[in-house]
Amino acid sequence: MSNDSPDTSPDVGTRWPELIVSAALMGVGALVITDSLRVGNGWSEDGPQSGYFPFFIGLLLLGASGVVFLRQLWRFRRHNPAFAQAHQLRLVGLVLAPLSVYVLLISLLGIYLASFSLIAHFMLVHGRYKVWQTLAMATAMPLACYGVFERWFHVLLPGSPALETLLDPSLDLQPNLVRAALVLSLCWLAKDLHGRYR
Amino acid sequence: MEDIGNLLHGFSVALTLPNLGYMLIGITLGVLIGVLPGLGGANGVAILLPLTFTMATQPGGTVSAIIMLSCIYWGALFGGAITSILFNIPGEPWSVATTFDGHPMAQQGKAAQALTAAFTSSFVGALFAVVLITFLAPWLAKFALKFGPAEFFGVQLLTFCSFVGMSKEPPAKTIASMMLGFALAAVGMDSVTGQLRMTYGQPELLKGFDFLIAVIGLFGIGEILLTMEEGLAFKGQSARISPAVVWQTWREIFRHWKTFLRSTLIGCWMGITPGGATPASFMSYGMARRFADDPASFGKGNVQGVIAPETAAHAAGTAALLPMLTLGIPGSPTAAVLLGGLLIWGLQPGPMLFVEQKDFVWGLIASMYLGNLVGLIVVLTTVPWWAAILRIPFSVVAPVIIVVCAIGAYTVHSAMFDVWMMLVFGVVGYLFKKLRYPLAPLVLALVLGDMAEASFRQALIGSQGSLSVFWANWLVRGLVVLSLVLLLSPCWGLLKRSLRAAGAGGKHGGNGEPPLKAAH
Repeated sequence: MSNDSPDTSPDVGTRWPELIVSAALMGVGALVITDSLRVGNGWSEDGPQSGYFPFFIGLLLLGASGVVFLRQLWRFRRHNPAFAQAHQLRLVGLVLAPLSVYVLLISLLGIYLASFSLIAHFMLVHGRYKVWQTLAMATAMPLACYGVFERWFHVLLPGSPALETLLDPSLDLQPNLVRAALVLSLCWLAKDLHGRYR
Repeated sequence: MEDIGNLLHGFSVALTLPNLGYMLIGITLGVLIGVLPGLGGANGVAILLPLTFTMATQPGGTVSAIIMLSCIYWGALFGGAITSILFNIPGEPWSVATTFDGHPMAQQGKAAQALTAAFTSSFVGALFAVVLITFLAPWLAKFALKFGPAEFFGVQLLTFCSFVGMSKEPPAKTIASMMLGFALAAVGMDSVTGQLRMTYGQPELLKGFDFLIAVIGLFGIGEILLTMEEGLAFKGQSARISPAVVWQTWREIFRHWKTFLRSTLIGCWMGITPGGATPASFMSYGMARRFADDPASFGKGNVQGVIAPETAAHAAGTAALLPMLTLGIPGSPTAAVLLGGLLIWGLQPGPMLFVEQKDFVWGLIASMYLGNLVGLIVVLTTVPWWAAILRIPFSVVAPVIIVVCAIGAYTVHSAMFDVWMMLVFGVVGYLFKKLRYPLAPLVLALVLGDMAEASFRQALIGSQGSLSVFWANWLVRGLVVLSLVLLLSPCWGLLKRSLRAAGAGGKHGGNGEPPLKAAH
């Protein structure tokens, strides 16, 4: 699929991803089996014990991922189709990294400020939008979410402790962490802006 | 005709003004979800599920809630075709086969015809599947009332074995993915003994892994990461559908009634057995080409290449609700999410639903007729706007979808832990897709894990631990045998191939796997 791309960056093979994923699944299988043995995988007077069913699940998981693992080892040299091209993995990283920062920011700043930062980051860096367009979109989306979820359908979202602390200092919600996160997100956007005007 | 009476009653439930409103909202949101990359039927419904929590607590609210959610599903099924035909980007996995002939048609300037054909086929496929549900569901539910735990486990076994048998992915990976789902489902408190399993002292793990989070992560975030790989440029055709084109296309496509019939049958079958809409669409495309007068024109803009996959995908997507409603066993990930919704609203899916919740069941079935009709009208009239949405650059769409996914993940339990899990599932989804581990068995095992375990254990308690309970009567026996046949069907292919290789080139062997015999 990726072979017809005009960009001829080197391929990354499936060999190692395949081995790592199947090894991880084998690990999960082993965990399931040990835990089933811990809670008991036999028969008590009132029926099967808690580990009875998961024990077989663990065995099957270990077996199936073991087959994948061994088959890849067996054909270690021969079987290595392209997993993705290097530049494609870089693009994936360009989404995955801000995504991880975003989840961290939600836990510290709440969904509204975090979403503002995420949207602004994407629009400034990848979209090369004008600053006012970015600000408009990054403000509109969290406001729309507030309207739809909290007002219309009465679903609570992780609010903004930062905003709440700023508006009402007596609340005192983990002030240092929140301040650190605010600084982090501001630096993030400042970096994006800086890159934009270089 | 008791069913007709029930159905008419259902129409009286569904045909109220608020419910029609929810239908329209659902269809519109659904098409939007189907058009946007990264949002699909399963995770779209999962994200919007929390919206119905307060809705369902009002009297009669569960009917409105299921109408809105199922209409999101129909909308997503319709929406997938728009991106496939105009942009050559399948918005949904089941519309991949639609790109083969749909996009060439659009390039030849016949986008309006292709879209009309796709929407009409979707409608026809869904309509037949709903008729099937109308008449088969009450009968199946009545039949299933006689089921004991052993029979239920038999049906669940059949569900999972057919995944292994019908999957295009390697069987070992299908099994691994499924077992990961079962393992994740077992985390948390064991509902029978109250013991904690696999929590390792982490309080977040007490309530276990919620499949809604898995669906949002695997299909939503995973899909964004995959889309990002392909770069961010969408180039597409534009289209406007005029009544004259619709009329002309309708006259033309109904000459292919054989294709419609064949695809509907394939779709219904694949939907009821959990093959799902995606394999149904590919299979139906392949059959249409095999039986066509001019197989060579397929892939170059043959309208039958649009009719076949769309009819089958929609029929399968709709028929997947039949086992969900009657047995509590969903035929597709999206049906699984709808099932999760039912559980959250306090309804127990399964045969008793038809006895205790007549309004709900028949309101839903009636809304399937109406919802698909509304959907057809909505998409035929609004295609240019949806195409315009796709022209919004990915740098705006991607963060918005991420925000929506995060909100969806958070609102299920109001837990930050779930948002982190969404991220983890997103990476898992990306890796699994790239390495050809199927995702649907994982999700279904996560949904059905507790249920399957409960019926397995109840059956064993009833029989004092003897496995012979799964062989006790003709029904269980039939289910178990059918499961084993499906489970071992990939081996049959291997065996045939190795025999042919042995016949052609002496002792060559297949893939080194010993030919397995059926266990019974």
